[in-house]
This record gives sequence, C-alpha cells and structure tokens, in this order.
Amino acid sequence: MNITVSLFGQVLAFVLLIWFVNRVLWGPLSAMMAERQKRIADGLAAADKGRHELELAEKRAKEVLKDTKAQAAEILAQAEKRASEIAEEGKANARIEGERLLKAARAEIDQEANRAKEHLRGQVALLATAGAGKILRREVDARAHADLMKDLIAQI
Amino acid sequence: MSEAVKQSGGGTVEYIQHHLTNLCAGDCDPVTHQATSFWAWHLDTLFFSVALAVLIIAFSIRLGRNLSADAPGPLQNFVESILEFVAGQVKDTFPGHNPLIAPLALTIFVWVWLMNFMDLIPVDLLPLLAGFVGIHYLKAVPTTDLNTTFAMSFTVFAMIIYYNIKVKGPVGYLKMFLFHPFGKFLVPVNVVMSLIEEIAKPLSLGLRLFGNLFAGELVFLLIALIGGTMAVGWAAAFWLPLQVILDLGWLIFHLLVITLQAFIFMVLTIVYLGMAHTSDH
Repeated sequence: MNITVSLFGQVLAFVLLIWFVNRVLWGPLSAMMAERQKRIADGLAAADKGRHELELAEKRAKEVLKDTKAQAAEILAQAEKRASEIAEEGKANARIEGERLLKAARAEIDQEANRAKEHLRGQVALLATAGAGKILRREVDARAHADLMKDLIAQI
Repeated sequence: MSEAVKQSGGGTVEYIQHHLTNLCAGDCDPVTHQATSFWAWHLDTLFFSVALAVLIIAFSIRLGRNLSADAPGPLQNFVESILEFVAGQVKDTFPGHNPLIAPLALTIFVWVWLMNFMDLIPVDLLPLLAGFVGIHYLKAVPTTDLNTTFAMSFTVFAMIIYYNIKVKGPVGYLKMFLFHPFGKFLVPVNVVMSLIEEIAKPLSLGLRLFGNLFAGELVFLLIALIGGTMAVGWAAAFWLPLQVILDLGWLIFHLLVITLQAFIFMVLTIVYLGMAHTSDH
C-alpha cells in the first residue's frame, strides 16, 4: 500500500497508453466515423438534388409532350385542310373536264348533223334531177346544167 | 482457497494480509514482504496494468486493420458505441476544443475498467496459478494499489496545472489562487481555500478509485473465507452454497461498481480539465 517507485512506472505506462490509444484507436476510428458522417451527409444531399432534378425533368417532359400534342393537332388540321382543298380542286377539274367533253360531244353532234344534212341535200338534188329527168324524158346533162343544179341544191 | 490458507499458515487475518501484499522487488522487507523504502517495485501491479495496456493496443491495432466504414462488424460496432459514448461525454462537459481530451478520457475509461475487471476474477485463482510457478505473493487488481490510481490522478493533475498556465497564463493562474473564492480582501483565506481545492482534485480522484476497489476486493476475500474456514465436514453443506450465492450477488453488484468507478474517473478528469480551460475564474 506504500507509495513506491512503481508510481512512476505507472505514470509512464499511462502516458504511453494515452499516446497509443490516440494513435491506433481514437485517431483511425474517429477519422473513419467522421468520413462516414460526411459520406452520409453527401449522399443525402445528392438524393435531394436527384429528387429535385427528377421533378424538373418531369416538368420538362410534360412541356415537351404538350408542345408535341399541339404540333400534332396543327399538322392534322393542316392535313385536313389540304385534303379538302385537293378534293375541291378535283371536283373543279372534273367539272371542267365534263364540260369540255360535253362541248366536244355537242360539236361532234352538230358536225354529224350538218354532214347528214349535206348528204341528204345531195341525195335530194340527185333525186330531184332524176325526177326532172324522168319528167323531161331525157338525160339532164349534168355538165350543161351544173349551174342550175348548184342553184337547186342551194335552194334545198 | 484452502490451499492459499494453508500456504499462509492458516488464519483469517493472515489469509487476508497475504492477499493484500504486492509482489515486491527492490527495497522490501524479507519477512512481511512490504516495501521498506521508496525504491521498491510492485511487480504484479506493473505486470497486470501493462499487460492490459498491451491488450488494448493489440486489440486496437487488430481492429484498425479491418476497419470498415460501410459494413462494420459487431466488434467494430461495440467499440464505436464506446467511442461515441466517450465523445458525447467530452462534448457535453468540456468547453472549447482540445484534441487530447477525448483520447485521454477513452484511455482512462477502458484501462481503468479493465484493471477493475481483474477484481471479478476469483480472488484465489491467479495467486494459486502464480504459486505453481513459484510466485507466492500476487495482488492481481492494479487499481487496488495506490501507485496505480495516484499515477493516473497525478498525471491528470499535471495536465490540469499545464493547461491552467497555458490558458490563463502564469499571472492568471496566480490570480485564481489569490482572488478566487472571496475576492481581493481575503487573500490569505483565498490562497488556503484554492490550494486545498486544487490538491483535493488528484487526491480524491486517486483515493476514490483505490478505496472502492480495495473495499470490493476485501469483501470478495471475506466471502471467500466463508467457504475456506467454516466449511468443515457437514457444515460445508450449508456454508458453501451461501458462499456461492453471496459471491454471485457481490459479483453482479461489483460489475456495476467497476463500471461506475471507471466512468467517474473519466468524467471527473474531463470536468477538471474543462475547468482548467476556462479563464473566467
């Protein structure tokens, strides 16, 4: 129970142990724990940032979608307009073509009618000359009476 | 324990005295084996305290080698919780910042606890084992030796003085002695009061730990005596179970005491050094 030189031995052991504990236990462990704390804080901050960015991206995606929809609607409207225009154009073209065909047909009919008239007139003239020949009992000289004949045909 | 009793020649007083005698080397009385002058080494105290210190260091090195920040093992978790407990105490009671205080507190807590824990090893086991190798005196608990407790408390005291002078300055420290409790009109009283206050710090720190552990060791010895001296013949059927029950009860209670004493030593060290770091006295 006496105080002896062991006291100084114990002081030395105590001081050395403090130094060692600081060196091999407290130092590395508290540094590691501080680093872990920092990493956790960083991770949480990164998660927050990520969430924020996600929100922004969602907002942007919505905007893009809205724009796209609007564009699509516009394109659709334009296409419909163009389609009706084309249809109108087609209708107009068809009418013009029809009218043209009608006109051509009428002209042909008229032509045919005229030709038939001319033919008929010729026939009538022949018949008339033949009838006159029969009445005069002689051959009407076509050449001699060409003027007469022409006149006659014109009259018919 | 009966072996020990026979070794010491029987007798309750001799048994206890024998157990409370350190393994002395140097200036020792050849009959009583007590230190006769300052130049005596208590080899058992030195051996067990240094062995436990080496244990702490070896354990720390082994732990430090596979330290993992992401997946700490159960051992690392345990040490981390002790570390955080000590760091919390330092944070709560120590003003300002000094990187030495927390490792110091951790060292005191762990080392004192381990040295106190030696008290829970059956009182006759280690002396018996030592007897086999020819060592006939062994006091296994270093903290039941005043040399250990005063070594720590005086080291702390030296740090108190060092930081007082460092923080307050030599003049400020002197002023604390001259004017501290009652102002400048009662300087002689102030000096006496402050001196007592300062000297009481290491003395109470060392004596508290020593007293608690010494008393605990003594109670263990007395309980061991129940079976050792009274259990003769049929009486053993009564005394031996009583010894076991009493021993178990005191063991469980003492587990609390050794932890509490280690904690008190640590907290008071932090508080005293915190007082040394404040300059408003």
